[in-house]
Amino acid sequence: MVTRIPPRTTRQPTRQRSRFRHFLASGAVATAMVAGSVIPLGPLLPAAPQAQAAPLTAPRTAPQAAPAAADGKKVLTVAVDQSIDSLSPFLAQTLVATSIFRLTNEFLTNYDPKDAHTIPGFATKWASSADKLTWTFTIRSDSKWSDGKPATAEDAAWTFNKMMTDPNAATANGNFTSNFKKVTAPDATKLVIELKKPQATMTALDVPIVPKHVWEKVDDFSKFNNDKKFPIVGNGPYVIEDFKVDQYIRLKPNKDFWRGAPKFDELVFRYYKDKDAAVAALQKGEVSFVSGLTPAQAAALGNADNIKVNNAPGRRFFALATNPGAKAKDGKSFGNGHKALLDQNVRKALFHAVDRKTIVEKVFQGNAVEGQGYIPPRFDSYFWEPSGSQTIDYDPAKAATLLDKAGYKKNSGGKRVGKDGKPLNFRILCHATDPNDKAVGKYLQEWWGELGIGLKVECLDNVSDPWLAGNYDLAFDGWSVNPDPDFVLSIHTCAALPATAEDTGATDNFICDKKFDDLYAKQAVEYDTAKRTDLVKQMQSRLYDTGYMNVMAYPNAVEAYRTDQIKSITTMPEAAGNLWGQDGYWSWWSAVPADGTGEASSDSGSSTGTIIGIGAAAVVVVALGIFFAIRRRSTAEDRE
Amino acid sequence: MSTASTPGVVRDAVDDPVKTGPSDGPRTRTTGHRTGYLLYVAGKLGGAAVSLFAILVTSFFLFRIIPGDPVKAMTHGKPTSVEQMATLRKQFGLDLPMWQQFTEYCAKALTGDLGTSYQFHAPVGELIAEKVPATLLLTGVAVLIYSTLGLWLGTRSAWRHGGLGDRINTGVALTLWSVPSFWLGLLLIIVFSVGIGPIPGMFPSGGMESGNETGFAHVLDVAHHMVLPVVTLVAVGYAQTLLVMRSSLLDEMGSDYLTTARAKGLRDDLVRRKHAVPNAMLPTVTMVFINLGHVAAGSILVETVFSWPGLGGLFYQALSVPDLPVVQGLFVVFAGAMILMNLLADLLYPLLDPRVGR
Repeated sequence: MVTRIPPRTTRQPTRQRSRFRHFLASGAVATAMVAGSVIPLGPLLPAAPQAQAAPLTAPRTAPQAAPAAADGKKVLTVAVDQSIDSLSPFLAQTLVATSIFRLTNEFLTNYDPKDAHTIPGFATKWASSADKLTWTFTIRSDSKWSDGKPATAEDAAWTFNKMMTDPNAATANGNFTSNFKKVTAPDATKLVIELKKPQATMTALDVPIVPKHVWEKVDDFSKFNNDKKFPIVGNGPYVIEDFKVDQYIRLKPNKDFWRGAPKFDELVFRYYKDKDAAVAALQKGEVSFVSGLTPAQAAALGNADNIKVNNAPGRRFFALATNPGAKAKDGKSFGNGHKALLDQNVRKALFHAVDRKTIVEKVFQGNAVEGQGYIPPRFDSYFWEPSGSQTIDYDPAKAATLLDKAGYKKNSGGKRVGKDGKPLNFRILCHATDPNDKAVGKYLQEWWGELGIGLKVECLDNVSDPWLAGNYDLAFDGWSVNPDPDFVLSIHTCAALPATAEDTGATDNFICDKKFDDLYAKQAVEYDTAKRTDLVKQMQSRLYDTGYMNVMAYPNAVEAYRTDQIKSITTMPEAAGNLWGQDGYWSWWSAVPADGTGEASSDSGSSTGTIIGIGAAAVVVVALGIFFAIRRRSTAEDRE
Repeated sequence: MSTASTPGVVRDAVDDPVKTGPSDGPRTRTTGHRTGYLLYVAGKLGGAAVSLFAILVTSFFLFRIIPGDPVKAMTHGKPTSVEQMATLRKQFGLDLPMWQQFTEYCAKALTGDLGTSYQFHAPVGELIAEKVPATLLLTGVAVLIYSTLGLWLGTRSAWRHGGLGDRINTGVALTLWSVPSFWLGLLLIIVFSVGIGPIPGMFPSGGMESGNETGFAHVLDVAHHMVLPVVTLVAVGYAQTLLVMRSSLLDEMGSDYLTTARAKGLRDDLVRRKHAVPNAMLPTVTMVFINLGHVAAGSILVETVFSWPGLGGLFYQALSVPDLPVVQGLFVVFAGAMILMNLLADLLYPLLDPRVGR
């Protein structure tokens, strides 16, 4: 169709082509320069010693059988996904940050890995005065800061005093010192804390003690994130050596740690924002440990070589909360909670129609324990179960009777209607990001539907707004419990209600019950462990009976680690416990490297060969591309 | 170019018979063109400035619609007293009335201060600056590669449209385009990072660097970490450039000037490169610049799957609190990048096609 006329001259295409090549070349140079200027120049601080320790050329000569890091370091790599909000113990709120402080700074006391009872930490012993208002802690004399200076009672006193006098230093842990009157250190091994009123949680002060000689130089505690100068001085089993936001936190063992140095040469918390990618990294051996697995991931890893899945009792409870009629401390009611739920029989009927066994089996796929009392069985000293007659078990017939008794009879359409003739319809607040909430919501719709009650599952990204405003009937609730249960109990006292309807209180579910409050006040000042335990159990019993909260399950902590990297590691509780988020530093401090480990650290060194291979492959591909492009053009020319 | 200007001069002479002097013609024309272009540029610059200001104002109110109390969200699950929460609110300035928060925000924003992050207790500008290089590197390289690849393949496809090559090309591109990026990313991790069967695990499964390397080794290390995320972004993204280039070139294919060019004796290859492609470039350039605007925003999904420490991840994290100063700052940066790229595209049009901006 188109008549092609042979070219008159060959000059033009040649010039054209060379111009094209110039363009390509300058483009490539420009790209390389841009890339070079954009790539951050890496961890400059520790560069010098590491460059010597891990020369790039080493892996090339290293024997194939041992793909360890160039210097044969035993590295324990833990996959994490939550960002570090701050490396200042005075500011950080996230679990990752607070777990790391456990490793880097001693607290006054620690918790026994066997059963979580209080054991010595920075303090070796403690005693309270007869009037319960003065506590004297004996501080150990064998603890040193990682810069060589001795760690003394003076450091502890300074830490607490700073939090008491500077509101900016109290943002993270101020709740621990709000009842402190005076803190002094008469000598290097003696710390005296005077209280305003007795406080039973004095052996559970989870506050990282910081070195005074470092921190007294800080001007503004609200802005100091402690992430510019490394290593960070501490006295725990590990010292933070390097940190890159959302990339990694690198820790080295503290050789002078009084309890003994950790066995691994390095502990790295590496970021995997996607859990499936973290699981892939575990399979590959890039990381040694992954936590928070879904049932499907746990099942997939169950058959993998050299991987142990640890399915341990968790520290959380998963509960149903009912709106007891939101109120402020000034007595003013607010919110739009359903009036029918103020009737205890209605609440009990709802709970009787919840089949916990099915929830554990179907929703959690066996990775949970049926719920009973408020505190999970992991904390066995405080764990409480309802007695036989008290138990609200799965009994739909009983639920129907209770509803009849409360005046909500079934109409001809099978719907429960009140005396006003209106059908009984509830709403439940669900976290849109939590698949368990949604799945349980579906079951509740079915079970309560059979009773004749309608349920609307309202899944929201942010449930806190309607929750704080009291605009809900029921909600999915859950808290992580500490070895000392004071906090999770305090959120159900009248004192936790908001001051006015416009304020926000610490309350979880607007519960305000005189009997519960009395028991709370008693346990808060009870220094005798056995007596306090008994009071805590009575409180759980009362909470169960009032029926505003009903625990459906205690989800397990499902995690996995590589047995060819970690030979042994301490779980908490020791018998069958978990590794991530322990109350103490036991897991990472106790971990023993497996013989011939190294895959964990292979990421740093073994890449050289691969990179060269990839580089070569890229060059080949580009060369082939250019070759074919030119060949095509010349064919076209020939054709013409 | 020379062929285009010759008739112009002739037309000038014909259209403008009342000339004051023989030498005034060409000068008036050049000055007129320059003034026209300057006016065009000034108009575009003014528009961009107004948009930027509107975004600055919108960003403050837009994110205040997000439900949720930042203080409550941040302290959730941690023993926190009412006093601690009050201190936090005061630190964040959330205790002030809305209008006062707004005026303070505007005053600060005009001096370049985007405020302090609630969760990270650090200046927003610093946080963004910390993450910008990672995002620019990843998405920048990906956009560069997929634009070039799309342009090249699109041109090839259109020139031999209907052929086997065209069908395979378009088919593959469309298939890859419809693949969710996070899924493709995970697949690549499983195949090329963990390794399947005879394929060894060659690439790291996440992150931007291993943290042990320095100097050139570090550059190589970052490049090694970049391979899989870049491949994902390119695979999913190149189809758009390909399709736009292909269809706009197809529009030009039947034009008379191509026949003329061929009649002049130009080779097929030259006809395509010198005549058809430049005329088909305009829509593709818009597309490329829009993509460049997206570079700053990164790719939340790909950044998440590959744990790339970029802006996309920061935005997602800030939204969930909501960390208002960070979300506002990022919104301004993302929108600003888009405005800037659109502005550049607008400024480039008259150079690519002299008809624009007259």
